[in-house]
Amino acid sequence: MPDALRKSEPLLNVERLRKVYESSTGNVEAIGDIGFRMDAGELVCIVGPSGCGKTTLLKCIAGLLKPTSGVIELGGRKVTAPPPNMALVFQEYGRSLYPWLTVRGNVELPLKHKKLSRPERDRLVDDALAAVGLEHATKSYPWQLSGGMQQRVAIARAVAYQPEVLIMDEPFAAVDAQTRADLEDLVRALHRDRGMSILFVTHDIDESVYLGERVIVLSKSPTWVQEDLAIDLAPERDQITTRALPRFTELRTHVYEQIQRAKRGEAVRPEAA
Amino acid sequence: MTATADAPTTVAGAPRARQHRTMRKLVLGVAGILGFLATWQLLPTLGIVNPAYFPTATETILQLFVLFGDLEFWRNVGRTLTSWALGLLISTVLAVVLGTIIGLVPFLRRATHTTVEFLRPIPSVALIPLAILMFGYQLQAALLIIVYAGFWQVFIQVLYGVADVDAVARDTARSFGLSRGSRIVNLVFPTALPYLMTGLRLAATVALILAITAEMFISIPGLGRAIMLARESGQWTTVYALVIVTGMLGLLVNLIFRAIERRSLSWHQSVRGEEVL
Amino acid sequence: MTLYTSTVVTPRRPSRVWAKFGENTAYALGLPIILLVIWGVWSSISPAPFFPSPLVIAEAFIETWVGPAFFADVLPSLGRLAIGIVLAVGLGIAAGIVIGLVQWLRELLEPVFEFFRAVPPPVLIPIVAVLVGANDLMKVVVIVAGAIWPVLLNTIEGVRATDSVMTETARSFAVTSGERLRYLVLPSASPRIMTGVRQCLSIALILMVISEMFFSSSGLGYRIVYFQRNYLIAEMWSGIVLLGLIGVLLAVIFGFVERRVLRWYHGIKEVERA
Repeated sequence: MPDALRKSEPLLNVERLRKVYESSTGNVEAIGDIGFRMDAGELVCIVGPSGCGKTTLLKCIAGLLKPTSGVIELGGRKVTAPPPNMALVFQEYGRSLYPWLTVRGNVELPLKHKKLSRPERDRLVDDALAAVGLEHATKSYPWQLSGGMQQRVAIARAVAYQPEVLIMDEPFAAVDAQTRADLEDLVRALHRDRGMSILFVTHDIDESVYLGERVIVLSKSPTWVQEDLAIDLAPERDQITTRALPRFTELRTHVYEQIQRAKRGEAVRPEAA
Repeated sequence: MTATADAPTTVAGAPRARQHRTMRKLVLGVAGILGFLATWQLLPTLGIVNPAYFPTATETILQLFVLFGDLEFWRNVGRTLTSWALGLLISTVLAVVLGTIIGLVPFLRRATHTTVEFLRPIPSVALIPLAILMFGYQLQAALLIIVYAGFWQVFIQVLYGVADVDAVARDTARSFGLSRGSRIVNLVFPTALPYLMTGLRLAATVALILAITAEMFISIPGLGRAIMLARESGQWTTVYALVIVTGMLGLLVNLIFRAIERRSLSWHQSVRGEEVL
Repeated sequence: MTLYTSTVVTPRRPSRVWAKFGENTAYALGLPIILLVIWGVWSSISPAPFFPSPLVIAEAFIETWVGPAFFADVLPSLGRLAIGIVLAVGLGIAAGIVIGLVQWLRELLEPVFEFFRAVPPPVLIPIVAVLVGANDLMKVVVIVAGAIWPVLLNTIEGVRATDSVMTETARSFAVTSGERLRYLVLPSASPRIMTGVRQCLSIALILMVISEMFFSSSGLGYRIVYFQRNYLIAEMWSGIVLLGLIGVLLAVIFGFVERRVLRWYHGIKEVERA
């Protein structure tokens, strides 16, 4: 059976991931045992108490850090180095965008080694910038733009790269509330219109429920998956109406309680199956 | 409702790893110096460079220790440091006075801009013939050269410093009714101080270079002249030993003034354009 | 009922534009002209032996340098200066990149280089002169040997200090190392490199002047000392003025290049200050 038809094959597979840091006072187990799967076209959010290793998890998935043990597979292949079909959006957009390149230059850079023809590349760049609403800012420099617009540039850069999975590490943490709402809707639009698979890490519980089709709650250090919650809200979401739904409040409260339990260390570690 | 922010996960930069890094840096640095000395030793020994004019490292270092026991050597060091210090002092005082006055009065700043930008790039050494004419082969000739170069370093930094007063801080001071004089003391001076320290460091380096240059070419007594004398009498080990001494002196001056500058920088976060020589 | 505010912009009146231009020129030329006039008047009232009037100097300038001396002395001097600078900057940046990227190499070489940089450059002149001979090659070697250190050391530091988030971004997008060098490492290091180049230019000029004044029988520096020794004061001054002009020219050229290369850097600083 051709791979394309095998729906049971997940896009991203994380199994028994463990990451231990060495320090002078002993070993720090940042990640204890994380396992989850993500299918193509899903929007999965990851939340957890502070210090639970969310960023470490993302860096391992992105191939920037080597896990101590465990398996990470993207598209069926093991991740040992940054895989070519994955794109990252960092929290610190100010340090992630290159100030000596224009907006267009920044979005174009990852495409340079992709062996595309010039018109093809331009098309991808224009398309991505239009998708985030920055068609008019191509000649500006990132530092001439507001924080929200800069993060849009970073998102456009990731989108133009045409990854199979888009990973976002607390991308809206450093942005004001109104801009954050716009950007959240942008992420949902990208997911809906382009069928992008998105792994979204956040500390904002409301954001995780609003955005995600699934919310993975992490425990505190040594981290494991405390809960893998399906969000059964309608796919068409709206900042005002969706957040006013009773179901939204239920889900959000549930996640909040889970996090509180995780912080208190109350949840029991699932025994190895 | 949010959970608190994720704590930044640092790479294993724990104390033990840091110690390893510092040790490694030290070992490699020493290895580099030893490697350089070894190369130096080999070049004349193998005849790649004429050994008559390029003594080996060991010969030079031996001569260095001979010099350390020579009273005249230390007198020369003193002479060099004296003209250096004198030149530095004069140029700093002049630069602080002129820089503050001009920096605080926008009209003066504009009016002097082109003059400054024309005079500043003139290499101080171009004035050596003039200095010799005016003062003969005397200390004053050397001082003219040293002061001219050092002055610009400090002056420019003081100008930057006086102009860098934070607009919000200034408005705050004015809204609280601080007098002009009080504003200068409480706002301008502290803001300009780190700039002054940077200028001082740059000027100190420049002043040392020019002090030695003046000694070499205007025959002022000091390390520079000692180098030329040793060269004329073909004592090449002495020449190279003295070159090492000037290098060590340069390092010392740089380190001390960098430390002073860092001390005054501890509260002030700013980037200043570095201009040297 | 519409309630809107807008800033009304009126184009500047032409007469106002000219007034502004005149004002700027007055500021630019005012003090220099005043100083020159004072100098001229003073020298005619109480002539100082070593400070001839500006008019005399101007005359000597034209007589001395506008003519064969320009090609015999000035151009070769400038040529050697240019070659020395190009070599110092080129080698300094190239070596600086390599050393800056390889950590153990950097830790090995940096202390030795810092010592070389601390040696006052003019001290190297008699040494290079005796090893290479008192010729054109010596002058260029002296310039390179003295002026390369700020470029080299600043490049090393600039390359080393590449922002880690930017590097991770490049890695996450699988940017090739060649592209990383061109689009990340070098631009990120360029402010520091330009600082080094500025220092390099000053040192190169100093070394050119000194090596020609005292170790040569031709060139601009030699001419100035020759005039001084023969008490041709006005000519000596004209030479000093010419050196000043060369210094200014170097500064202007550097200013242009720096503003172009670091446009983004100055932009950020401006935004931060706002």
